[in-house]
Amino acid sequence: MCLAIPARVIEINEGEGLVELAGVVREVSFMLLPDARVGDYVLLHAGYALQKVDEAEAEETIRLLAEIAEAGRSHA
Amino acid sequence: MTMRYVQEFRDGAAAQGLVARIEAAASRPVNLMEVCGTHTVSVFRHGIRGLLPPPVNLLSGPGCPVCVTTNADIDKAIALAQQEGVTLATFGDMMKVPGSYQSLQQAKADGADVRVVYSPRDSVRLARDNPHRPVIFFAVGFETTAPTIAASLLEAQRLGVTNFYVFAVHKLIPPAMIALLESGEVRIDGFICPGHVSVIIGSRPYEPIAKRYGVPCVISGFEPLDVLQGIEMLLRQTAEELAEVEIQYSRGVRPEGNPLARELMYRVFEVSDAGWRGLGCIPGSGLKLRPEYRAFDAEQAFPVEPPPTKEHRGCLCGEVLRGVITPPECPLFAKACTPEKPIGPCMVSSEGTCAGWYQYGPRS
Repeated sequence: MCLAIPARVIEINEGEGLVELAGVVREVSFMLLPDARVGDYVLLHAGYALQKVDEAEAEETIRLLAEIAEAGRSHA
Repeated sequence: MTMRYVQEFRDGAAAQGLVARIEAAASRPVNLMEVCGTHTVSVFRHGIRGLLPPPVNLLSGPGCPVCVTTNADIDKAIALAQQEGVTLATFGDMMKVPGSYQSLQQAKADGADVRVVYSPRDSVRLARDNPHRPVIFFAVGFETTAPTIAASLLEAQRLGVTNFYVFAVHKLIPPAMIALLESGEVRIDGFICPGHVSVIIGSRPYEPIAKRYGVPCVISGFEPLDVLQGIEMLLRQTAEELAEVEIQYSRGVRPEGNPLARELMYRVFEVSDAGWRGLGCIPGSGLKLRPEYRAFDAEQAFPVEPPPTKEHRGCLCGEVLRGVITPPECPLFAKACTPEKPIGPCMVSSEGTCAGWYQYGPRS
């Protein structure tokens, strides 16, 4: 039940707006995340944006995972 | 359709690399508990148990909100729904959970007006569109969900919606983790901490668990690579005999969490004791409406007295929720209790440990 899905903000208007999630557009409240901006990825839960996805942190984790994948290949 | 920040965390080669690291670090038997039901689902769906070396044992914890809701609370929700002229709205996961005598779904079939909503905001809208009909939201969930209920209630207040009520049985995760450790019933060598609860509460509430109980905590995301990396980070800590709080899910969790969401949650709710299925009453593990918001309190507006609760004979959901047994050790599992005809909530909820074992796990 604590599922929260990354969705891209496409519209914000007075604390409410729209996000796009795998091609589906949903209404969302930004009451818990007022500093979200159009273009941000946000974690969506029960109709509310809970947090911005930190893109730099995401890229860092992806980079680390790619290194682990590479190290795995060279040992195989 | 590819989804950004999802697909990147499902790469097979990286999974193999992480499994190799886990194998290298797994020098002694360890019990790692995934506290959150969404982790339990991910572990099963992605076959993570099958990838781990024998010394690494995963235990499922009390992190499925539907599963830990007591019969008494479900019975009360049903009694509220049965009040003349009342609508009760809740999340879909709650519908099939059996209370002492019936589920909300059965109550609906018998004529109660029970609606499934995706967001608590939908229930505020329902109340606004039906001003002469009381709409009660049956609010279940942990720290991830409670701020959304608080925000909806504040929105109802702002809009002047006076026929919206909340029956809240929210629960808080860190006190339940501490209760498990205090009981000493199961040895826990590390916690895979819930990612989306932590989006709200941050990493600090786990510090006492790591420091006082010496149990490493890693806040993990929910994609398979997140879970594997979380396990690898825990094993690195256990190998070095460390007990620290680390954040694997750094793209979603800041150490400080979401302070505004917490501020709204504690503006509307205050900490209370709460009854958990399987764990009993845990002091300071629940949330109740503050007196200032009594006008929204469904229990105040509609005093109901449900019949005495009873438990399902032979159901071992409580033991499963404490990590004391695995589902196949319950005599009802896959025999009297199946997803088609569930007896306990752990078989009903899609996040229930029993449902996960039934669908994906070994049967014996």
